[in-house]
Amino acid sequence: MGRSTFPLYWIPLLPLLGAALNLLIGRKLPRRLSHAIGCGSVLGALVVAMVAVFYHLYPAWQAAHASVSHGSLPPVPQIVNPLFDWIVAGSVSIKLSLLLDPLSAVMILVITFVGFLIHVYSTGYMSKDPSYARYFGYLNLFTGAMLILVLGDNLVSLFVGWEGVGLCSYLLIGFWFDKNGTRVFGDENASAGKKAFIVNRIGDLAFIIGMFVIFAAVGSLNIEDIASNAGKLAAGYKPFGFGPYSLAGIAALLLFIGATGKSAQIPLFVWLPDAMAGPTPVSALIHAATMVTAGVYMCIRLNFLYMMSPAVMGFIAIIGGLTALFAATIGITQNDIKKVLAYSTVSQLGYMFLAVGVGAFSAALFHVFTHAFFKACLFLGAGAVIHALHDEQDMRAMGGLRKRLPITHLTMLASTLAIAGVPFFSGFFSKDEILWKTFISVNGAPGWSWIPSVTYFLGLAAALCTAFYMFRLYYMTFSGRIRAPESTMKHFHPPGPAMTVPLIVLATGAVLLGFMGMPSVLSSTNAFHEWLAPVTERGLHIAMGTGLLAKMGAKPVVADATKAHNHGLELGLMAVSVLIALAGIFLARRYYNKYTDDQREKLEDLANSFGPLTTLSQHKYYVDEIYNFIFVGGFKLLAGFCYRAADRLVIDIIGVNGTAAVVDVVGKLGRFFQNGNLQHYVAVMLIGVGGIVWLVGRPPAHMKVTPKGPIVIGQKVTIDLTRDNYEKRTLQYRWDFEDDGKWDFPKQTLPPKDPKARKRWRPARTSSPVVTHVFTKAKKYSVKVEVRDPRWHTTRYEKVTINVIDPNAKKKQDADKKKKTKKSALPAKAGGAPHASLQTGGPNRGEVR
Amino acid sequence: MVLSAIILTPLAALFLTLLIPARNDKAIKAVSALAGAVTVALAAYVWFKFDPYSTARYQLVERVEWVPTFGISYYLGVDGIGVLMTMLNAIVFLTGALSMWRLELRVKEYFAFMLTLVIGVFGVFVSLDLFFFFFFYEVAVLPMYPLIAVWGSTRKEYAAMKLTLYLMAGSALLFPALLSIYYKSGLNTFDMVALSGHKFSEAYQIFVYPFIYIGFGVLAGMFPVHGWSPTGHVAAPTAVSMLHAGVLMKLGAFGILRVAMPLLPAGAAYWNGPFAALATCNIVYGALVALKQDDFKFVIGFSSVSHMGIVLLGINMLTIDGMGGAVFQMFAHGVMTALFFSAVGFIYDQAHTRDIHEFGGLSKHVPIASAFFIIAGLCGMGVPGFASFWAELLVFIAAVKTMPLFGVLAVVGLIISALFMLRVLKHAFFGPANPKWQGLRDVTAWDALPRAILIAVLILFGFIPRLALALIASSVRALAGGI
Repeated sequence: MGRSTFPLYWIPLLPLLGAALNLLIGRKLPRRLSHAIGCGSVLGALVVAMVAVFYHLYPAWQAAHASVSHGSLPPVPQIVNPLFDWIVAGSVSIKLSLLLDPLSAVMILVITFVGFLIHVYSTGYMSKDPSYARYFGYLNLFTGAMLILVLGDNLVSLFVGWEGVGLCSYLLIGFWFDKNGTRVFGDENASAGKKAFIVNRIGDLAFIIGMFVIFAAVGSLNIEDIASNAGKLAAGYKPFGFGPYSLAGIAALLLFIGATGKSAQIPLFVWLPDAMAGPTPVSALIHAATMVTAGVYMCIRLNFLYMMSPAVMGFIAIIGGLTALFAATIGITQNDIKKVLAYSTVSQLGYMFLAVGVGAFSAALFHVFTHAFFKACLFLGAGAVIHALHDEQDMRAMGGLRKRLPITHLTMLASTLAIAGVPFFSGFFSKDEILWKTFISVNGAPGWSWIPSVTYFLGLAAALCTAFYMFRLYYMTFSGRIRAPESTMKHFHPPGPAMTVPLIVLATGAVLLGFMGMPSVLSSTNAFHEWLAPVTERGLHIAMGTGLLAKMGAKPVVADATKAHNHGLELGLMAVSVLIALAGIFLARRYYNKYTDDQREKLEDLANSFGPLTTLSQHKYYVDEIYNFIFVGGFKLLAGFCYRAADRLVIDIIGVNGTAAVVDVVGKLGRFFQNGNLQHYVAVMLIGVGGIVWLVGRPPAHMKVTPKGPIVIGQKVTIDLTRDNYEKRTLQYRWDFEDDGKWDFPKQTLPPKDPKARKRWRPARTSSPVVTHVFTKAKKYSVKVEVRDPRWHTTRYEKVTINVIDPNAKKKQDADKKKKTKKSALPAKAGGAPHASLQTGGPNRGEVR
Repeated sequence: MVLSAIILTPLAALFLTLLIPARNDKAIKAVSALAGAVTVALAAYVWFKFDPYSTARYQLVERVEWVPTFGISYYLGVDGIGVLMTMLNAIVFLTGALSMWRLELRVKEYFAFMLTLVIGVFGVFVSLDLFFFFFFYEVAVLPMYPLIAVWGSTRKEYAAMKLTLYLMAGSALLFPALLSIYYKSGLNTFDMVALSGHKFSEAYQIFVYPFIYIGFGVLAGMFPVHGWSPTGHVAAPTAVSMLHAGVLMKLGAFGILRVAMPLLPAGAAYWNGPFAALATCNIVYGALVALKQDDFKFVIGFSSVSHMGIVLLGINMLTIDGMGGAVFQMFAHGVMTALFFSAVGFIYDQAHTRDIHEFGGLSKHVPIASAFFIIAGLCGMGVPGFASFWAELLVFIAAVKTMPLFGVLAVVGLIISALFMLRVLKHAFFGPANPKWQGLRDVTAWDALPRAILIAVLILFGFIPRLALALIASSVRALAGGI
């Protein structure tokens, strides 16, 4: 339904090809060509994406939209572009297939559009950098990976993109790896990249396991398959004996933990502020507009999974709300312009997760959308300032730039107003929608009903902080007198058109885009919400279809219907938000407008009056230090233990050197035979040869006793020693049937008295290997045979036990048995059964069986 | 005849090498490189000739009776696993020969030993006769001693002795066990296909399996008998490290897949739990110890221990996904480690140190040479776009499904492997540039060639993993079906 085909693969492929060109041969290309490839490939992707969305997806969406009556679930308009199989092995089948639906459409447009602007901006910002081609190569690679992330129709493609963007983030954070950071960054740039990667890896660990949990339950990682088999995730599971939890809940939680890594939420947000070590356009593109929203995208994409577990959603809302406030309070005291923006990003991402946690998926994506524009604009504006002031990032050394950087000033002001939530700027609509949806939501998990009210106030408090720290940033940078040193201002470096044009475009977006998602109280249509409805609304439907919620005694996370239609309430809350924003701006204006040294002292007094709170905020709540102590220290300790204790001591010293000691002893023994004395060698050799001769030359013996069955007194018994392999040997035998030391066959003869004759005398032996004998008593005979090989003068003795019984005794026994119970009959029969059992005495060469 | 040709090519090169006067070292190197190129071509031919959808499990079979009394025959043939491994060895052989282009010490002897090693490895991968399998196995293992003791570095005699003792101990476990299989079957044949058709009693299988598994496991770097491998890697010269970590360790895993599992399926099913636990130790423990190393090669050596743990874990899952992933990981890891050692060798040859703290900002001085190591590092961390990502993904999927605890622990190993890899990258290649290394020469096109080949292979299979997995799948299915 609503499917059509379109070569979607060009969208990620173009930037990837650009990356390949720039990374492989970029060093040999002129700069113009490098950035032409870099920008051009993203522009190409943008054009293809627009064609796909507006000429192919939009008609399908319209058709789907028209086909449904009010209230029923709209079908999802999709363009699917299957490419090829990645893995087909056993039960795992992973295909690379791209999917364009209203959700990924928004994402690819944002990525390619904002991405293109940032590429253009970079041509100005990075123009002096020696590794120009490498930079564009990484940036293109990032764009390609991000597009795969959002276009993939299964979790593996998502994960491939997820890891790919993480890699590019790592490479770009450490792009200026040889700089020991600017003045503000105490840490090396290379460490920042490493930290980002590791922290993300911790999240990825949970993500991978969550993915595998889904795979184990559903047998597929294709998102549509998971949605249509969501019932299989409704099963309960007791991980390591706790629980029971539903598989859906476990998977959702694990995937969300993955998202806290990528999208910098508590507890894994620590990497994002450090990631500001990278070039500023990178911060704008990767660490503000696109990559960090991947976690939010993933939650929206799997909204049906999250709707199945209200408890996990409550958890997400709490984490989102806490992060929003927590990061905002840190933002208040930071003096590095990029760090303020970084904490602001963490805080805004918190809002997005808050929206996810209250089931307002469409509001979450709307905030992703508006945030991409105003935050990219803010970062690029900050970049323009940093660029102009020769890599100065400390706001205390800025000020008064309004006149010197008019375009940057205006565009940043527009974006600051947007993020602060001033009415009719884009951020106002998106943030207020989240707060409103939070307020009216109902969390149906048992015991979680307090979530909406608590998180609403967290969000509101964060809004106050946001307005404050953002205007603090604005005033410290642009108002008052110029605080930068004379030398810097002499070489002031105003941005060229390559930098200002993207700023203007993004600022326009920051101002106007909010009108796409007007709240219902102000407008009859919310275009953004309607566009996304096919994707976001089916989550509840799927979740209810699995019956999991009923089984767990929970209700879904939904909006309270009576509150939702209360326009008065909505307007009232809106007024509260506006007042809060204005209060923040007012406070910032009061303390930071025309920031001077006098004021700074006053501020410091004010800050000191808050005492430990300020210290905590300035030191980012010591989170880095705590993590360092626990995790880095812990790992080091563990690694040290493994290396010293296990590898050195146990395995090497005890294991290997212990073996060596044994070898040493054996070696010393060996030295006895290797003493260089020729006679000694000959003697040892002769002993050896003798041993071998004895072993090889020993005649073989293998007795076959017939008949095999019971042997009774008087019965003829044949013992056969013939062996096929040795028929050519003339062996000699003699027998002792009684095992009394006297040879019975041939009859033992005494040696003659005459010494001459005695020398030639040999005891009588037979050359026939077969002998027949009649046993006369009922007892166990031990028959002994001597086999002699006359050529080698070697002999060998064998014994066989022959059990001879009295038939009359047997009858008597049988008679006895009949009298006894059947129970005892069995062992008696087994024990009494007369048979010849073979017991070869001595080593019986060659006959293992 | 193509499989014989693959064994005979390095053999011919060996004779040729022995005939060329020692002073003519360029010719000796050229002979080896040429032989490498020929074997790559032959392996490619085998790859295309092999039909993964055919019902015949072993293809391109050659058989000549040799000693009928004992049932020994010259019996060659490959399944998908063999094809992939043959290709791996050919690639590492070629790139290894090219990586040693700057060798000056006793060139003739060096290449003669190296060719012997290569002959042995090829022989193991294509033999279907247990006798020849073991014969080639020993041929491959033996030249390691002189190669390390003469051309090595860093406690080379100790390392060579340690390696030899470990591997001999492994063989000592193997040899009686293999003979006992021969006698116990009563078939009077060393034909592995025939032997795998024989059903040994369950008790016997359970008794013998650990001997063979551990015997091969020593060579595969199995915990806790892995000690020889990092010391050996460190001491060995570049191409030997490449062959050693890249291919020789795979012989162990290959032996388990080719001998232990088909012949003793009940043993495999009985022991897979404990051995999976040991494999998990490999992964986590190897990575943790690597975190503590300051020598490039020790880091790579212990990372190999960790990565071979993934192979062994996958094998012990006894499912198609797990074993398929393991075989793919054997290939991916082989190429990746070869790249690692090749890249390190280039830097070591000039700097004469491998302490990561001595370097710093190398990426500034020798960007291309550094890029080779960085790419290998990324591959080692399991970044998508490289072959090992898919291999690890498959093994982890299988492990989380079959043995969740080990699966989760193995995934934790991923974090640690990122930690130690990034640590090396940060200290040696990124960070402030150390002016001491200003004068380092970056790679020439000829130096870059072997490394570029390895990277191309990693990326090719990273983007189209199906190429290898299609080959493996049917063979692994047959193997897993037997258990």
